[in-house]
This record gives sequence, C-alpha cells and structure tokens, in this order.
Amino acid sequence: MADILTYVLHYEGKLNKNSLGAVSEGANRAAEIGGECHAVVVGGEDLTDELLGSLGSYGATKVFRARGPEGLAQPVIDVMAKVIEDHGHGYALFGGGLLGFEIGAGLAARRNAGVTMEVTAVRAEGDELVAERPILGDSKISVSHYRGGLGIIIGRINAFEIESDPAHPAAEVVDVDIEYSPWSMQASMIERGEQRGADVDIEGADILVAGGRGLGKAEGFQLAEDLAAAFGGNSAVAATRAVVDAGWYPYAAQIGQTGKTVAPKLYLAAGISGAIQHKVGMQSSENIVAINKDANAPIFEFSDLGIVGDLNKILPKLTEAVKAKKGS
Amino acid sequence: MKICVLVKEVPDAAVEKRIDPSTGRMDRSGEKNLNPYDTHAIEAAMQIREGGAVPVDEIVAVTMGPESAVRALHKAVSLGADRSLHLSDTALAGSDVGATGYALAKALESEQPDLVLLGQQSDDGECYTIGAVVADHLKMPSLTQVIKLDVEDGALRCERQAEYGYDTVSVELPAVISVGDAINEPRYPSLKAIMGAKKKQLDNLTAGDVGIDPSLVGADGSRVQCGEFKDPPPKSAGQIIEDEDTTETVEKIIAWLDERKLI
Repeated sequence: MADILTYVLHYEGKLNKNSLGAVSEGANRAAEIGGECHAVVVGGEDLTDELLGSLGSYGATKVFRARGPEGLAQPVIDVMAKVIEDHGHGYALFGGGLLGFEIGAGLAARRNAGVTMEVTAVRAEGDELVAERPILGDSKISVSHYRGGLGIIIGRINAFEIESDPAHPAAEVVDVDIEYSPWSMQASMIERGEQRGADVDIEGADILVAGGRGLGKAEGFQLAEDLAAAFGGNSAVAATRAVVDAGWYPYAAQIGQTGKTVAPKLYLAAGISGAIQHKVGMQSSENIVAINKDANAPIFEFSDLGIVGDLNKILPKLTEAVKAKKGS
Repeated sequence: MKICVLVKEVPDAAVEKRIDPSTGRMDRSGEKNLNPYDTHAIEAAMQIREGGAVPVDEIVAVTMGPESAVRALHKAVSLGADRSLHLSDTALAGSDVGATGYALAKALESEQPDLVLLGQQSDDGECYTIGAVVADHLKMPSLTQVIKLDVEDGALRCERQAEYGYDTVSVELPAVISVGDAINEPRYPSLKAIMGAKKKQLDNLTAGDVGIDPSLVGADGSRVQCGEFKDPPPKSAGQIIEDEDTTETVEKIIAWLDERKLI
C-alpha cells in the first residue's frame, strides 16, 4: 500500500493540463496499489480552496498547499520533500515539462530516490509501480523498477490522459508550513511567461506547415507561409523550438515540449529533424509528411510520407502544384 | 571566478546505439565523442571569460566515466578549458542518474566552483536532469535549459523557455546552470589547441579520493533498476521518396494528398 504524490503546476489561476493528467494517472494507479493520490501546489493567493478542491474531480483526495514563489523548481522540491517525509508517500509523479524534470530530479537527490523521466506508461505490479520509458530514439522501451522506499516518475508530456468525474468529492486542502532551503531562495523570477513575437493561433488548424532549422534563416519561413496560403482555408504555419529560440518565428506557433500540442489532419514538416521534444507535440496528427535533406533524420521514422530532398527546390513547386490543384 | 563544466563522452552520432543484452546497459563500445550539447556549455564559459563582466580565473572540465572518457576531456580542453578532472572508478559503473549526480557533486565539492555549467542533455541517455541532481547535493540554486546567460552585479541573469513562454530568472552564485543549444554557436578548436590539449593538466580521481560513499553508487547503489527491455508497438513504416526529379516528386506528393482528401 502506497500513496502517490503529484505536483500540480499552475499559471494565472489555471491548473496545467499535463499536471491534471498526472493526477488522473496517479489516482488510477493508486487505486491499484491500495493507496490515495495527493497533490502539491506552491504559489500565491490564486491557489484558492475552490480551485484546489476541484482536483478532487480528477481523483486527488488531498492537496498540500504551500505559499511560495511560482515557476521555479527548488521551492517545490523543499515542499514535496517535507510532505513525503511527514506522510510517507511511496511514489512521486509528474506530468512532464521542464519544471517536472527539475523538481523530480532534485527530489531524487534530496530523498535518495530512483528517478525515471520521459515515462510513457506506468503499471502496477503487485503493490509496486513500474515505469516504462522509450529510449534510443524511441526504438526500445526500458522498464524501471524502484527500490528504497520512494520512486519518482516523470511523464513525457501528453503521456497521461486527463479523466474527470464531477461526482467525486472535492479534495481536502491542507496548508503546509515550510521553511525553504537557503539555496531555493537564491533564484528569483524577474519575468515569467513572456510571449515573444506575434499572437498566432495554430491549435485549431486542420493543416499545419511546420518549419525547422532546415529553412536556413528567418526569411525561409516565407516558403512555409506561401504553402500554407496555397492550402488556404483552415491552415497555418507552425515552428520548432530551435527556430523560435533563434527568433525566426513567434513563440505562439511553437510545437512540442514547451510549446503547443497539435493533432491536425495534415502536418507537413519542412526542415525538421524530429527530436523527441518536437515529436511529443505533433505525433497524434492524422497524416504526417516530412521534407528533409538528411535521409537519417528521425522524423522519417514517424512520418507517413517522407521526402528526402532540398526544400528550397521542393516547397515552391509544391506550392504552385497545390494552387493549381485547388484551382482545377 | 572558477567555472567547472561537466562533460560526458557519448557514442558518436553516426554509431547505432544498442543495449547490451548481457548487462542490460547501453553498449558503449564503438566510436565516441564529446557530447555535442556540452560544447555549448564550454562556449558559454568562454563567453563569460571573454565578456569581462567578471574575471574568470579558471575553467575546469569535469567528467565521470571509464578510461576512454579522457578523449572527451581533451576535446573540452581544446575548446577552451584550462585543465580537467577525470573521476573514474569501477565502483561507479552502472550508476543511475541519481548516483551519477551524487558522484559528480562529490568531485565538484573538491573544486569549490563559483559556477557549474553543463549541456541541456546527453546525446545518448536522453536525460535532462543531471544538473538538478548535482545542484541539490551542492545546495546551490539551479536552472536548466538556459538560452541566455549574463553576469550582472555578481549574479546571473538567465533566460529560458518554460511552460508558459520565456522566463527571466536571476540566480545568485554559486550556481548550477544547464544551457540549451540555442545559447551560442560553439567555436571550432584551433589546430594548436587540439595539439596542446594533451599537455594540459589532467587529474585522475577515484571514488575514494573525493569521499564518495560506495553504498550510494554503482549498480548496487542505484535506486532504479532497468534490466528489462522491450520493443515498442510496431508502426507501419511510411513511404519514402528520394527527390531526384522535383516535378515528379511534387506530382507524387499531390497524388498522395489527394488520395487522402487533404487538398
């Protein structure tokens, strides 16, 4: 019998979707090993009893609330370490994302626990949990068993499905008194959640033309925009993290780990290698077409149609052909 | 300021990676190289030194790994590190992330760095977390995947992309920072630097030299056991077109899209 402690991230009074998935997953697995699922939140006054009580509908029975800085990992490590010390949780579960990686790893160090990241499935074996994570470019799945009292499981984003039942009772909210570690207070947020570039909407698009570093330069995105325009209707242009960090395209158009998750009818990837961090944001697309000059690019392993070639030659002709086809 | 850069030897990108069925560990034979993500950390250290906002006395490359890992240290030195430190001990073999982070932290304690830099991930283990483990053991503030790093008034000003957009965070020193690959374009080493790398000071350390508790490292000291591997559900391979005649290629793409009613 073991309880599972999850971390729930929030921003501007809203709970994070991947965190809600972790709560649902935690509740389902806890039921199998005879325990309960609890949650930890750290933040300010927007963490109301009502908001946190709503975690009950996702399966949490108890929410531990600490007042502290938001958006940084180390204060959360302090809170989770204390809650686990006081209550003896057997597992800590995270829904993925940057903070989950940082908190889970730091917590592993603090509590001398085992940690597995990028987990895509959690199973109960008897009264224990085992975690499955794809490795070697998703070509193998490694199964983690834990020993030593605490196992830390960090999901890949979108790995855990959100399940909610409004009939569940509200979660009990417990305030935690915490004295933060000195080093946890040595990092401070100057600005959080800055949006860089224009506000574009890609989540509702049926057709996405996504551009990566292979477009060569910011101006290269014109090729992607021309193709999206040729498709017309409900189409848009998306981008990888690399090109957003480089300032070639707005953050609001970014797919993947720290960007958006999409599942359009057609995802056309131009000059995108297909790193795991990108894949997790678009792998549910109905049809994936990839154009890349590197025949060994990982994206060809999960695309339905792959074209090995120079996109500077292919995209303009494809744009003309789509226009012609639409006009016929 | 003393900067320590954590580096790792990984299989060369061209080598097919596999699990050795007899040990359940990654087969690390074959051609190896310095983890490409680590070159961004060394470059970040060099740019702090050259930026002049704070005097940098020393840049030290630190690795843990078998004898062959010395080549990763030579590469790190050729890219700008002044000397290097190699933690190597059979007792460390098979360490998981938690045990590896603990061992590296013990090695770093002996150096007392003002700043620890590392790359955002290793190219082989696909693990993004070693920095957070090291930081907790060293009791230092930490941030990962930083894409802009400046020293201002004795503290670090860091930018990174997180769940809701770009965050700007001020981090006091000493600190542990992992850098993203967007932070810089690593320079190429000069021929002279490559030739001279083997002559720079390299200290070999055993687990005992830095006070590592042997019960906390190696396969037995690790809290995660991954002895079991399975294949992912099969996915039907997609169709591949090699573009030779672009007009023909485009016709094929249009036909493919048309078949699926996507135009």
